[in-house]
Amino acid sequence: MNSDLSSFASLAPAYPELLLAVGVVVLLLGGVIFSKDRSTGIAFLAILLLIAVAGVAIWPPAEGILFNGGFIVDGFARYMKFLVLGGSAFALVLSTSTAKPMGLDKFEYSILVLLATLGMMVMVSANDLMSLYVGLELQSLALYVVAAMKREDSKATEAGLKYFVLGALSSGMLLYGASLIYGFTGMTQLDQIVTAVAGAQRSIGLIFGMVFLIAGIAFKISAVPFHMWTPDVYEGAPTPVTAFFAAAPKVAAMALIIRVVTVPFGGVTHDWQQIVIFLSIASMVLAAFAAIGQNNLKRLLAYSSIGHVGFALVGLSAGTSVGVEGVAVYMAIYVAMTICMFAALLSLRTSNGYVETIPQLAGLAQKRPFIAAIIAIVMFSFIGLPPLAGFFAKWQVFLAAIDAHLFALAIIGVLASAVSAFYYLRIVKVMYFDEPQSEFAAAPAELTAVMAVAGFLIVTYFVTVASPLYNAAHAAAGSLF
Amino acid sequence: MTFLTDNILTVVTFLPLVGALLLTFVGGGEDENSKTLARWIALATSLITFGLSLWMWSRFDPANAGFQFVENYDWIGTSIGYRMGVDGVSILFVVLTALLIPACILSSWSSISTRVREYMLVFLILETLCIGVFTALDLAMFYVFFEGSLIPMFLIIGIWGGKRRIQAAYKFFFYTFTGSVLMLLAIMYMYWQAGTLDIRKLLAFQFDPAAQTWLWLAFFASFAVKMPMWPFHRWLPEAHVEAPTAGSVILAAILLKLGGYGFIRFSLAMFPVASEMFAPFVFTLSIAAIIITSLIALVQTDIKKLIAYSSVAHMGFVTMGIFSGNVMGIHGAVFQMISHGIVSGALFLCVGVIYDRLHTREIEAFGGLVERMPRYAFAFMVFTMANVGLPGTSGFVGEFLTMIGTFQVNTWVAFFAAFGVILSAAYALWLYRRVIFGGLTKESLMGMLDLDRREIAVLAPLIVLTILFGFWPAPILDATAASVNLVAENFGKAIGATGPLVAAAH
Repeated sequence: MNSDLSSFASLAPAYPELLLAVGVVVLLLGGVIFSKDRSTGIAFLAILLLIAVAGVAIWPPAEGILFNGGFIVDGFARYMKFLVLGGSAFALVLSTSTAKPMGLDKFEYSILVLLATLGMMVMVSANDLMSLYVGLELQSLALYVVAAMKREDSKATEAGLKYFVLGALSSGMLLYGASLIYGFTGMTQLDQIVTAVAGAQRSIGLIFGMVFLIAGIAFKISAVPFHMWTPDVYEGAPTPVTAFFAAAPKVAAMALIIRVVTVPFGGVTHDWQQIVIFLSIASMVLAAFAAIGQNNLKRLLAYSSIGHVGFALVGLSAGTSVGVEGVAVYMAIYVAMTICMFAALLSLRTSNGYVETIPQLAGLAQKRPFIAAIIAIVMFSFIGLPPLAGFFAKWQVFLAAIDAHLFALAIIGVLASAVSAFYYLRIVKVMYFDEPQSEFAAAPAELTAVMAVAGFLIVTYFVTVASPLYNAAHAAAGSLF
Repeated sequence: MTFLTDNILTVVTFLPLVGALLLTFVGGGEDENSKTLARWIALATSLITFGLSLWMWSRFDPANAGFQFVENYDWIGTSIGYRMGVDGVSILFVVLTALLIPACILSSWSSISTRVREYMLVFLILETLCIGVFTALDLAMFYVFFEGSLIPMFLIIGIWGGKRRIQAAYKFFFYTFTGSVLMLLAIMYMYWQAGTLDIRKLLAFQFDPAAQTWLWLAFFASFAVKMPMWPFHRWLPEAHVEAPTAGSVILAAILLKLGGYGFIRFSLAMFPVASEMFAPFVFTLSIAAIIITSLIALVQTDIKKLIAYSSVAHMGFVTMGIFSGNVMGIHGAVFQMISHGIVSGALFLCVGVIYDRLHTREIEAFGGLVERMPRYAFAFMVFTMANVGLPGTSGFVGEFLTMIGTFQVNTWVAFFAAFGVILSAAYALWLYRRVIFGGLTKESLMGMLDLDRREIAVLAPLIVLTILFGFWPAPILDATAASVNLVAENFGKAIGATGPLVAAAH
């Protein structure tokens, strides 16, 4: 597995990461040298950089294993990287005009987002416990800082600290699990561990290591019972940051957990399946009930994202190619819905500042019919009502669960989705059935554009996106099995 | 023209959506002109759709029991396909839906004055979804249309409904959604078993009898709520009462039929063994619905609620007829559904007429209307008689056929169902007497105006159809005969073939 690092051409699979790394450094220097208050310009360049990286990541298709087996680029990695880059780019778009009122108008913000994205790309491509950890930490450290970016705001600082403490704990657990796995197999490379796991020497220590590893990543995807930080961080962090947290890092961590359970532990599906099923059920059920009482929109979205992770894990629970395919489709749709929702949230300003709670949305349908329609579409899509995209996301994961004969999981899942409909509908109710109480400022153009595009894709999913997305996810999942 | 003939189902299904799309661009203002424009666009779209659906019916070959006008393309991977087609069971529901939507739009012409464009928009979307349920030949597509109809209906009740509309909208949503998600899982299981979601292939596929029980129950959870069967009907009276007139019409006339259609198309045709096994259970619930909800209807003080409960009772005849499993019963059930679609829709329109004038639906508030509104009294009488099931109205044919069909299977069930006929006469005639007859003593009623031209335009065609189908049911029976025969035949064969297996399983 020794890589030939003598020629630049042999690094082709890692071009996206290299481009991003170099680009970040250049932008950082540019930000420091030229002007400190050119944050919008830097953000603009950062978005262009992400688009360029995404272009390189999917075209031309260079795949392979690099750096002595520590870094893998396959169909799955490329699919997930594309989602990560899309999520990050759109999160930056959401922060362009809202950065100033949100206290994020520092060029470091874009730089940190780019660094976190680089970490996520390494996570997605990690083929070794070491590179996995390095990628995860690069992402996490950047995210801790971003969460607390608004230094003078006590809530944001609290959010950053909470995120840091719990994140560090989860990293510790992950590292502990990784060391146990190394101790019991003598290997760190994921596709080599599989031979040890499949062999006769599978021991309780190895299973322990796997459990810790999964628990560590479960923190990052905020699956119950490792979700406690999510509502606080979502609420405390500035909204553009929350939008970023909700999209790309979830995808990267989900990609990581998929690779970790399917590649090295692909032979012992039953051992990890029960853990994932537990995480899935706990996330779906807790999120469905806990969100009912929420009045703050961002807290509600936090619980909603916990629930969505639970639904995505339904697909992974199946432990099959169909299941991974389902998760891949689910995450793509989840990112689109989340970005759309946050774009709507960021467009809503009253004279008292940004809308934060549900009652403030009262009568939105009469004041801002377009935004209200977009939010309603996202809510119905979150519920999983056809013909919206959210339905097809759930369709794919539950299809996999039924295929794997996980009937109890599937039934609990769909009933949880029925319960979750309650709080999503509440938002629709407030917007459409109640009378307006306040005036809303006009939405910035770029947010309107994001909402229009994402809303269009969600509504016409069945016609426009379904088939190509399914084919891409099918190919991605196929590269893991 | 060939495009139209080749894709007639796509056109009929999605034409209202095109109208809805058009509405998103124009007619959004709050001034009177743009409101009128929105109304005309919606009416024109729905009338063209109706015309096309009639044209389709005229080209339909009633001797062919299979699916016609079929369109078949792969869509997402190998699983979900774009498949359309109608047979004798479904074609008339398409026509019924296309007939009632223009009536709904006309009836809301002046009673809906806020957010007119949005109102017309959701109605056109609802039309596409309802027609789609009957034309879809792919199980996933069926589910998409079936479940998708929740969104517009939720909004119709919640935005334009009465005082307690929010509770009603939620109740409607949760009852139907919870039932449907279980059906979704069953659909997935069927996909893995049969390897396809094509309804034509699934109809030919023989599901394992043990699995049929579970699949049947999952589908039952959805259809029984939608139908609604007693005791899953709790959402219906509230939704009906709170919904605006046109919303009630669509609910009673079309959305309830989705359940009955589903029972025939899926429960009976795909899970015959389980259907046979659960038939006594369905009969019991049907009888309970017929008798209990009729009694409940007797004591209602709200006109809409009374009609809503009578709907539940009439749907009892439908489920009873379907699960009798013979030609007569199924034929009667289909006829009853079409007839009930026209009659209950018309009754809700009648309630809407007086509600628009007096803004109350309390029976107490009326009396002696015949003196001020003779034309209205006539229209209301025709539909009341049809609701009772008087021979010579369409209501009679369906009830009669379902009872004959059931009689062949189980005499006692038919015996008890007959009480429903008596009770329906009791509550319907008593309602008629209290609203229309008696002295015109109430001050508020003195100024009531009789039906205007628009209202006559809405109600007259329905009166004609009610009486026409009462004396000459052939158009409906002929169109459905071949397909109903096929369903009953397959059902008989399946039970005959697996009879011993069932016995062994017990």
